[in-house]
Formats: sequence, C-alpha cells, structure tokens
Amino acid sequence: MTSTSVRAEFPDPVRTPPAPRPVSRARSLLLPASFLGPAAVLLIVWMIYPALRTVARSFWNDRGNKFVWFQNYDRLFSDSVIHTAIKNNVIWIAVAPLTVTLLGLVLAVLIERIAWQSALKVILFMPLAISLFAVGVIWRIMYLQEPDKGAINAGLNAIHDVVKEPGVLPRAEPSSPAVNSRFVYTKQLGSGGTALLGLTAISPQNVPSDAEQAETPQSKQGAITGVVWRDFSPGGGKPGVVEKGELGIPGVTVSLLKDGKKTDSTTTDTKGAFTFDGVSGSGYQAQIAPATFAQPWGGVQWLGSKLITPAMIIAFLWTAVGFAMVVIGAGLSAIPRDVLEAARTDGATEFQVFRRVTVPLLMPVLTVVFVTQMIGVLKIFDIIYAIAPGSVQNDATTLAFEMWKRSFLGANAFGFGAAIASFLMLLFVPFLIYQVRSQRRNN
Amino acid sequence: MAVAEVRQPALRADPSESIGHRIANAPINLFLLLIGILWLIPAAGLFVTSLLPPAVANATGWWHVFSKPSELTWSNYNHIFHNSAITHALVVTAEVTIGATILPILIASLAAYALAWIEFPGRDYAFVIVVGLMVVPIQMALIPIFSLYNTLNLYDTVLGLILFHTAFALPFAIFLLRNFFAGIPRDLMEAARIDGASEWRLFFKVVLPLGLPAIAALAIFQVLFVWNDFLVGFTLAQDNTPIAPALAGQLRQFGTNLDVIAPASFFSAVIPLTIFVLFQRYFVQGLLAGSVK
Repeated sequence: MTSTSVRAEFPDPVRTPPAPRPVSRARSLLLPASFLGPAAVLLIVWMIYPALRTVARSFWNDRGNKFVWFQNYDRLFSDSVIHTAIKNNVIWIAVAPLTVTLLGLVLAVLIERIAWQSALKVILFMPLAISLFAVGVIWRIMYLQEPDKGAINAGLNAIHDVVKEPGVLPRAEPSSPAVNSRFVYTKQLGSGGTALLGLTAISPQNVPSDAEQAETPQSKQGAITGVVWRDFSPGGGKPGVVEKGELGIPGVTVSLLKDGKKTDSTTTDTKGAFTFDGVSGSGYQAQIAPATFAQPWGGVQWLGSKLITPAMIIAFLWTAVGFAMVVIGAGLSAIPRDVLEAARTDGATEFQVFRRVTVPLLMPVLTVVFVTQMIGVLKIFDIIYAIAPGSVQNDATTLAFEMWKRSFLGANAFGFGAAIASFLMLLFVPFLIYQVRSQRRNN
Repeated sequence: MAVAEVRQPALRADPSESIGHRIANAPINLFLLLIGILWLIPAAGLFVTSLLPPAVANATGWWHVFSKPSELTWSNYNHIFHNSAITHALVVTAEVTIGATILPILIASLAAYALAWIEFPGRDYAFVIVVGLMVVPIQMALIPIFSLYNTLNLYDTVLGLILFHTAFALPFAIFLLRNFFAGIPRDLMEAARIDGASEWRLFFKVVLPLGLPAIAALAIFQVLFVWNDFLVGFTLAQDNTPIAPALAGQLRQFGTNLDVIAPASFFSAVIPLTIFVLFQRYFVQGLLAGSVK
C-alpha cells in the first residue's frame, strides 16, 4: 500500500524492495486479482451470497412469494420441537466440549508414561477418520436394546444377572380365574384344603426336564396340599383341571399367606406337588412366589426418547477424544522439561505440578480444543440422523438438524428453515469474533 | 491457532523413561489398556457384524461369533459389490473426493500466495474475511444453493458437489497455506525477485515446492472430510450421491438389514482409515497448524 511505483523508479540492486517492477496501478491490481480471482468467485457464489440470501429468505414465507417480516422467527420460538432442539443444543454445548477437553488432557498426560503410546494413540485417534455417519451405524449396533444383540446392554446384563437372576418361568400366566394376576389361589384354604395353581404360556422347552405327570392333590388333615402344573395339553384341555398329559412343574417356590402375610414357603417336587404341614384353622391362601416370574432384564432403552442425547454424546466422545488428546499432547511436549523438573525439585507432588504448572501452560491449547469442539458440536448433523430412530428424531433434534429437516424433508419450509439457519449463525458469531481476534493476535 | 508453532507430531516414546519407572506405572498401564480395549470394541463390532451371514447378523449380537467362528463369511461384501446402487455411490464418492481435493488446493494456494507475498490495497481485510468464513456453517448455504443448483442443472451432479465442497474448503485451506507461505524466509523470495522471476514463476518454482508439507496435510484433511461427508451429498444429490447418503435409506429398517449396512459402512470407512494410518504424520500436522474447522 506504500507507493511502489515511486520506489520502483530508483531500483537499488543491493536492497531491492518487494515487487520492484515499474507497473501501472491497473496492472498492479491485475496481478493479485488473477491469483485471488478463482477463490473470490467461489467464496462469493457458494458462501457469501448464499449466507446473505439465507438471512433475507428468513423474512419471506415458505414458498418465497410473500414478505412476512419476523413471522418465521415467531414460529421458531413457539414451536415445541424447536424448543427441544435448543434444549439439546444447550446439553451438547454444556457437556461435550468440556468432557472431550478434560478426557483429552488426562489421556495426554497419562499416555506419556507408557511404552506403547504410539499404538494407543492410533487406536484413540482412529475414529476421527471414520465418517460420522458410519460412527452412527457403529454405535447404533452397540446400542441395540435386546441384551442378546446390543453389546452395551449385554455388558450391563452380565452385571445385572449377578445381582438378580431371572425366574424359571418368566412369561407364565395363570390358567384360570381361580388364580389371580398376583398368582394367588383365590379360594381361602384351611386344614385339609387343596390348591390348584394352574399356569399357561409356558413353552415346552421351559418345562424342567425332570417334570412328571401332575396329579390332583389329595386332601390331608392338618395340612394344605396343592399342585403347580402346566395347565395345557395338546388340544387345549380344560382350564383349572389336572388332566392326562399335563406336567407338574418342579422347583417352584410356593408361599402360604395368612391375612396377606407370608407364614411359610416350600418348593414343588417333580410332580409339581407341595404340602404345608402343621396347618390349623382357616383363612390361608397359597401363592406362587413372584421371583418365579422375574422377567429376564430387557436392557436399557438407549435409543428411546429419554436417553438418546446422552447416547449420541457418548458416540461423539468416541470420535473426538483422540483428536483432543493428540493436540493437547503436542502442546504438552512443547512445555520445556526443565520447568517441570524445577517444580519437582522444589518438592511439588505430581498432582501439584499438573495443576499449577502443566495446566496453566497448556491453557492456550486447551482453549483451542475447547472452541473447536464447540464449533463442531453446534454443526452436528450426521450422528443424529444415523443414530436416532425415526420415532425419536424429535427428541434427539438440534438446530442444525431441524434446519435441514424443515427445509428438505418433505415440507420444504424454506422460509422457516432459513430462519433456523440464521438463528444458528447467530450462535456462531462469538466464535467468528474469537477466530478473527486470535488471528490478529498471531500476526 | 495458538499451537501453530507446534510442528512435531509427538507420536514418539520418550527414550529417557527407565524400565523401573515403567513398572511403577502398572496402574496407568492397566487403565490405558482398558481404555484402548473400550475404544476398539465399537469398530470391531461393526467389522465382525459385517462378516456374519444375514440371518445371524440380524438375530444375535456379533460377539456370539467367538463361540462359532466358522460362521464368518465374506459373502456380504460380495453382495454389496454386486449391488449397483452401492458401487455407483462408491464411484461418485471417489470422483467427488478427488475433484474436491485437487481443486481447492490449487485455488487456495494461489490465493494464499497473493495474501502472503503480493502487496495490494485491502489485503488484510481480505484475509480477515477468509478467517471469518471459516466459521460459517454449511447450513447457511444449503437453501440458496439448492435453488441455484436446480436453476443451473447442477443438482444431483458430481460437479455440483465438487464445487460446493471446494468453496467450503477454501477458507480453511487459504488460512492454513497463507500462514505457511508467510513463514518462507523473505530473503529467499527477494533473491528470486532480484533474479527477475515473475510472480507466477515465484509461485510455481519457490512457494509451491516449499509449501508441500502444508499442502500434503491439507490434502489428507480434505480427502477425509469430503469422503466422509453426509449432509452435502444428501441435500444436493439424489441418484448420484456419495456412499453415506446412499446408505441413509437403509437406516429406516435398522436391525433387519445389518448384512447390508454393516459391510457397506465398514468398507466406506476402510479407505479414509487407510489414508489416515499411512499419512498420519501429515494429518496431525494439519490439525496442529490450524485446529479450527
């Protein structure tokens, strides 16, 4: 911007200033223009013009034939799905960048102390090379709900089964109204009473292999007798009656109740029969213990409306932590060793060195990682599309996703979509300012 | 950008660590081993699933195969390579990736050279605009570009996708290359100018060769970014989409079509993964030089 033409008239062969050739003003602009031209055209046509056009478009109706002032923005703030989107954006922003940065920091510090750090770095860093769409597919397989299909629920199931075993007859039902839904024999029993606890909906392979033909219990003075059996024979049979071909169910716990309180319990034999001895008076009831019917654990519904956002954030962490670790690790290796050694010789513990020396020196790097993640998280689209099943998309949505959905999925609400995009852009402005400022500082 | 001066990828062990010190770190080793395994499981799950016959893949979890390894088969891959929709999408992905890597690097290095070494009025403002554009999200351009492409017949074309990716790659590419070019010693440039080299000659004979490390980093970055794109291809193409958007429809019956979506997803990840592992060094350099995109 200094007048190059004046200096150019006196070329000094020893200390030649830059661009010394005598050129006219038009030519001096022609040169940078020829270098910058292609970039300028692309940036103007594909970025600057569309960005401005999007803002303008947000003041027009969806079909673009009527100027509607701020109506699209009114819609934006009164739409319940947009509210969910904003809420999810807040959750993402609050949780993901901080977690990524902290995990990256911890791993970067720890990984310096192991011999196989190169291998581990590749493993942790690798997901970054995989498309977020494929990441979504990967995690959707992990999150499948049935513990037999989804690895995460399978892992939790292993822990769960240790705590609480599933019952022997998870899906059995009472066979007749004589047994109520809590598996209590409805008839009051006294000494000599008999209880017929018939069950159905037991598949043949669930009947224990040592089961024998059930028998109608014989009344016995001073005792309550009964049978637990599979009240179903080929062809159907009569409900509530022990018939030929119907097997007793061994190993079932039966409780004796009086006034709703458990007074005794026993286990059925191979014919499904049980006996409570030493019974006097009446008013007893027999119940099959609820543990018999404990369902096997169905698995956490990761992809349901409640957990979908945390589930997606976990998938995101998987891809982003390696990046944070490598960038922070590079910052770490730039810290002079003697600074750390000096702190150690002064008697600082490892944690104090980390907290008081390493972290403050790393602050610029940590900020870069944190800001990068914020920008990345605000743009997230692929993970939502790939992980959230259609039925929970409205619970998983964010502004970036909703902008696309309203604009390009069926409705083609371009006015509304443009308003969402413009609102999203507003959230990017602080980062834009940060970016320009830090570039200025670096120069 | 604060780490722009860190050039060392730091993927190396510290030789000063003694054996005794390492043994004392047993808990750390164990913890990191656990982390490493946790990190491998999801990708391993996709890979194993992709090798299961359809009936098995959709009925049980992939880890059951460890008790029945004989079930593993490449037949799913055989099927997807005979599925013309998927092979076409892979070809489109490759075309778009090649185009949208070469083009922005060419255009950006020209612009970066001008911003670093040619004096012209408003140069600093031009660079500030470039830096600002780095933050603009794709969502800001989708609606007008969609309309524009429909008018210009660029919708659903490889060229349309290449141009879009090129434009959105430029701000970061110009930023990275301009800062790299600006680091070339002034003496070198001036010596060439005294010798009477034109700006074009300077650009091709001095700046480009010296800028190769940055260009390599950028190229790898861009290959991964474009190959892995979903949003742009999904919005601006229909029959000529890259692989990720081509698989999007499969998601609607997820759980019953794992024999298609698992191998296709895994295969689509193999190429960027290979490039990443081979050129990791450059990739890390690119990240460190401007970890803001």
